[in-house]
Amino acid sequence: MKKVLTGNQAVAHGVLLSRAEVISAYPITPQTTIVENLAELCADGILEAKFLRVESEHSALASIIGASMVGARTFTATSSQGLALMHEMLHWAAGSRLPIVMANVNRALGAPWNIWNDQTDSLSQRDTGWIQLYCENNQEVLDTVIQAYMIAEEVYIPVMVVLDAFFLSHTSEPVEIPEGGEVDKFLPKYHARYKCDVNDPHSFNLMVSPEYYQEFRYKIQYAMEEAKKVAKRVDDLFAKSFGRGYGPIEGHLCDDAEVILVTTGTVTSTSRGTIARMRERGVKVGLLKIKMFRPFPREEVKEALRGAQKVAVIDRNISFGCGGIFGHEIKATLCDEEKRPQVFDFVTGLGGRDVTPSLITEIIEYTCQNERPEGEIIWAGMRG
Amino acid sequence: MRIEIPGEEYMVSGHLACPGCGAALSMRFALKALGGKIIVVLPACCWSIIAGPFPYSSLKVPIVHVAFETGGATGAGVKAALEMQGDTETTVVVWAGDGGTFDIGLQSLSGAAERNDDFIYVCYDNEAYMNTGMQRSSATPYLSWTTTTPANQPKENPKKDIMEIMAAHRIPYAATATIAYPEDFIRKLQQANSTRGFKFIHVLSPCPPGWRIDPELSIKISRLAVQSKIFPLYEVEGGEKYTMNFEPKGILVDEYIRLQGRFSHLSEGEIELIQENVDKEWNRLRKKAGG
Repeated sequence: MKKVLTGNQAVAHGVLLSRAEVISAYPITPQTTIVENLAELCADGILEAKFLRVESEHSALASIIGASMVGARTFTATSSQGLALMHEMLHWAAGSRLPIVMANVNRALGAPWNIWNDQTDSLSQRDTGWIQLYCENNQEVLDTVIQAYMIAEEVYIPVMVVLDAFFLSHTSEPVEIPEGGEVDKFLPKYHARYKCDVNDPHSFNLMVSPEYYQEFRYKIQYAMEEAKKVAKRVDDLFAKSFGRGYGPIEGHLCDDAEVILVTTGTVTSTSRGTIARMRERGVKVGLLKIKMFRPFPREEVKEALRGAQKVAVIDRNISFGCGGIFGHEIKATLCDEEKRPQVFDFVTGLGGRDVTPSLITEIIEYTCQNERPEGEIIWAGMRG
Repeated sequence: MRIEIPGEEYMVSGHLACPGCGAALSMRFALKALGGKIIVVLPACCWSIIAGPFPYSSLKVPIVHVAFETGGATGAGVKAALEMQGDTETTVVVWAGDGGTFDIGLQSLSGAAERNDDFIYVCYDNEAYMNTGMQRSSATPYLSWTTTTPANQPKENPKKDIMEIMAAHRIPYAATATIAYPEDFIRKLQQANSTRGFKFIHVLSPCPPGWRIDPELSIKISRLAVQSKIFPLYEVEGGEKYTMNFEPKGILVDEYIRLQGRFSHLSEGEIELIQENVDKEWNRLRKKAGG
């Protein structure tokens, strides 16, 4: 069935189809309509779940950590300041090896206040041990939520599904909604391999000495590597069941490209059009969309960029004192390649500033015309 | 009325509590009172250590160790999951220290109390951050010294009245207890367990190294706290119905204070000041209980 849904409604539909059992959330713009939708679905008895209306994002994640420990399928959603407040619990969820799924609507962080789109909120949580999946459109949002549960419940690593503030969260698009029964076959009821159970009492997360702690960390890293394979398998299975697949990355016109543009989120959609027009003008430009940021699909990225002379990364984020975060990851990924393309890292679109086709054209032209970038960061779309 | 203390032990040897630890005895009594069908949620506190390091546990019930400020929220989540699984028998007990309750966990505690989430929250109160070596909390008594309120600048503020905060949430049941009156403590835990909604038990738990007392004095000091009106035993139902459980016999705070090194710097005048405050608080409480 096709319906017109906002990105936030697509998240809620994904959670409904995945039959989450405990949901806990706190409102924050632009995430709020996700939890409003879910609250309504629960109140109407369409989704059979306990909905906890907690007093902060910190408690939202803390409470579903508790629920997940007892073996429930859980969900929460947040954005920006809310995600920052959750930071401690992000580590706790991953360290506890809980298959929690959370949607994060990418919004800029204060100060100063800004409610619009920017990726620094989720990217600055990159070391917390969560899988991060970035979405390009509302269909991908819905599909990714369902896939996220399947991945999480196999590797016992929490998954963050990330979508752009307003450009997706509040924008309506036609979305194909899979049949509930079909999703049930794809994603059966969750049975936790380990859980807190009075009939089989164990201690969870007790003090671990230096003799053991490192191995706990090793196992998370190992599970992250496994997650790459699992995510591929899940995506293939999803494609077989529903006719749509995404992959950890998507290369578009990369094979003969001299310049490859690297994007995430909605900038990808805008870039598709721009690249088509530049191709018509004879510019050999390709596009690499990165969906999976953690675990970072290193091999796939290397493979896709092999052969390109230059790579232009659009970073809607900044790590102060360093540069764009995707740019940094791409450079690190390419460092052991024998023939490395020149990486140009463009920081732009912060705090909701539009990344327009003409700005993307400028970015590609700059990359074509210059041997090397003027610095580690090229600030694009600055006020004149 | 005398209630027999259940013989079943759910806390076994190998725990890491200091000698004379009030928190260890509190847990032992609580588990006896509540039986084996419970899940213990442990935010950071002395008990994070006492329970034992990986791969050991000194409790025969499941324990979920959680972050410092998350007792209320985690308890709510655990309960919600059990309800979804149709499990109405398992009791969820959040077991938190005074730091995790009065200070860093107050928001999450208030959230759970306001939602009237169905679990028992026990605060074992040793009146300072004892796990990190005796730093002031908002549960630290007036004029006591700690490592962050040294003797020449002792705590200037009275102990936060956590029971009144809980009563103001109109929760179904709140009660105080101490290890010196185990029958009273056990009865209150059992009453909490048979009440639906949010229950709060505030149990005074002496800390021999922190209070600078001999370990063998833990019970005596717990009894003196009640007898001197410093820590009255009472219950509050629905935030309104106050019941006093013990009538003190005119013991002055001086007797309680002199046994403890944490008050050793106090002058006669300061002890009198404490006595005045204790009398004032006692009268306020008696009025609420209609006495």
